Amino acid sequence: MAEVTYLEAIREALFEEMDRDKNVFCLGEDIGAYGGAFKVTEGLMAKYGEQRVIDTPISEAAIIGAAAGAAHMGMRPVCEMQFIDFISTGYDMLTNYVATARYRAMLPCPMVVRGPSGGYVRGGPFHSQNPEAAFLHTPGLKIVYPATASDAKGLLKSAIRDEDCVLYFEHKYLYRRIKEEMPSGDHLTPIGKARIAREGKDVSIITYAATVWKALEAAAQVEKEDGLSVEVVDLRTLLPMDDDAIIRTVKKTNRVLIVHEDTRTGGVAGEITARINENAFEWLDAPILRVTAADVPLPYSPPLEDYVLPQTSDIVLGLRKLAAY
Amino acid sequence: MARSSPASRPANARQDSPRSSGGASLTREQKLELYYYMRLTRSLEERLVNLYRQTKVVGGLFRSLGQEADAVGSAYALDRSKGDVLSPLIRNLGSMLVQGAKPNEIIKQYMAKGDSPTRGRELNIHFGDLVRGFIGQISHLGDMVPVMAGVTLTFKMRSQDRVGLVYVGDGATSTGAFHEGINFAAVQRCPLVVVVENNAYAYSTPLNKQTAAKQLVDKAIGYGIAGEQADGNDVIATYEVTKRAVDRARAGGGVTLVELITYRRKGHAEHDNQSYVPPGEIDRWASENDPIDRYVKRLLNEGFDQSELAAIDARVKEEIDRATDEAEASPMPDPTDALVGIYADPPALTPLWFREGIKSAVEEHERPSSWGTNDG
Repeated sequence: MAEVTYLEAIREALFEEMDRDKNVFCLGEDIGAYGGAFKVTEGLMAKYGEQRVIDTPISEAAIIGAAAGAAHMGMRPVCEMQFIDFISTGYDMLTNYVATARYRAMLPCPMVVRGPSGGYVRGGPFHSQNPEAAFLHTPGLKIVYPATASDAKGLLKSAIRDEDCVLYFEHKYLYRRIKEEMPSGDHLTPIGKARIAREGKDVSIITYAATVWKALEAAAQVEKEDGLSVEVVDLRTLLPMDDDAIIRTVKKTNRVLIVHEDTRTGGVAGEITARINENAFEWLDAPILRVTAADVPLPYSPPLEDYVLPQTSDIVLGLRKLAAY
Repeated sequence: MARSSPASRPANARQDSPRSSGGASLTREQKLELYYYMRLTRSLEERLVNLYRQTKVVGGLFRSLGQEADAVGSAYALDRSKGDVLSPLIRNLGSMLVQGAKPNEIIKQYMAKGDSPTRGRELNIHFGDLVRGFIGQISHLGDMVPVMAGVTLTFKMRSQDRVGLVYVGDGATSTGAFHEGINFAAVQRCPLVVVVENNAYAYSTPLNKQTAAKQLVDKAIGYGIAGEQADGNDVIATYEVTKRAVDRARAGGGVTLVELITYRRKGHAEHDNQSYVPPGEIDRWASENDPIDRYVKRLLNEGFDQSELAAIDARVKEEIDRATDEAEASPMPDPTDALVGIYADPPALTPLWFREGIKSAVEEHERPSSWGTNDG
């Protein structure tokens, strides 16, 4: 079977789910005739028509709000944010309306909000964001952020079938840079389950999305240069978080480095640290370290962006520091 | 009209529709039913005021005094047999009653009971029921417009013969969600009626501080949709203007913005002393333009008998008495139900470590009134 890129895997998931269930439909800006800013939805309108692949006005609140209304009526909408940075203009609809619907009104809201996320692409402050921490704090939402092509497909299919709203962040740096053969059949990746991207016994890296690849690079480097055995945990789902997988790796290596591309303060790493503190403090042989972006809006110019975002060498530094503690 | 002195709305501010048939399309029974729902709305709210003063209402109390006609008349234009859906606003209790909400549900909501429609999770009339065809609002004004755009988009996608109606106030027309939602629905030609209840005030803010538009119905032009305005205190005019919009939507004619001119005689909520209202304005509306008084006069002129209306009044009182008794006897929620149903999966959250095995969070000695006094 041919190898499929991360982007093509997302597209495959959309085709398969729209074939499987006529209630699945897509809506977003420029997703139909044009096929989307990154061509993720290319070919969808030709196959399913403009009733099921809706080009919308520039109105993120309307896209998300209308998806919620349709979801109440039994549809399975998939919203595209042209860049995930623009999800902020739908923040009210997501956090106040969608996330509370089941709890306050017993209204099901099965919908997906997906969009190109993340940096390393010289996109500047408004085309590079990682918004997960802004939503991690909202009960009622689920958040997934795949790092591999097969998880990109399997998580999107699971998200579309989930009974609640799933924010599906897709890393645009990975769109065309990674590919793999897709598992055969109806491939579903369970929501809420982390993946061991690399087995190890000396130090654990807990991470997700594009930095999984940087973590793997760093792990290979320190194995070769320092003889360190590093375990890499790819969370895949951020909400609900896979506490069992986190605690398992802590108990195995007793040293933890948390890596994410998002900014530091109030980021996901802080939450993971608190959970380890509450559930496995006595298993730690060293303080938990974080490698994250600096707390700045992401700048455009390559020397600036590279300086702000976590790089493989930063992770190597962290691993060595932990191993030596 | 809305354009006249913005600080003081004359009580004769009515916009009789040029196409009003005076209710010719309504049967005798339907006209009495309109009276029943208006009376039920007012009397139920009066009962809630009593319960509020007895401190049995846990949160704030919102009145629609003087606006019963616009809520009842507009909702009455929907066809429940076809599965039409509405989304009410805080002053549309009447519309929910028309759609099938029961007085005991309303009272239980206000009293935060465990068997209220939201199991004590939400306040007042913030609840819905897809089977009966109403979708609960949230407090963020304008947000229900995009949601109802999506509900009615579904009707269109499935080629269903159904219509949706969403209420907003004069204040909500200033929100981004209102604009995005109505524009989206207009482009998609969704079968949606947007009722703008112009009751002169958004909390304390008068219309001229809300918009520079001469009248809110003018906003329809910018969206390329039909717009109509009517006297919101005339239940028949309200019914007829909404019925035209509903028929247009059902026939594939897309969105209509209906502006209903009315007046909010009580404050934003029961605590509001209305100090911002010019002297005499409320009294003028009460004495000259009460929607129920006007409708009673009209019915009597049309040959209805006072005894028919009195019988409805008695039925309303009996229903509210029964609903009150039932609500008062209802249990408060089990505290641990707070952790149930945030998601379909998992169905419930695990209690936090300090709540394990604890059924009720508040201990006897916890008295917020003593906080900050440092005297133990």
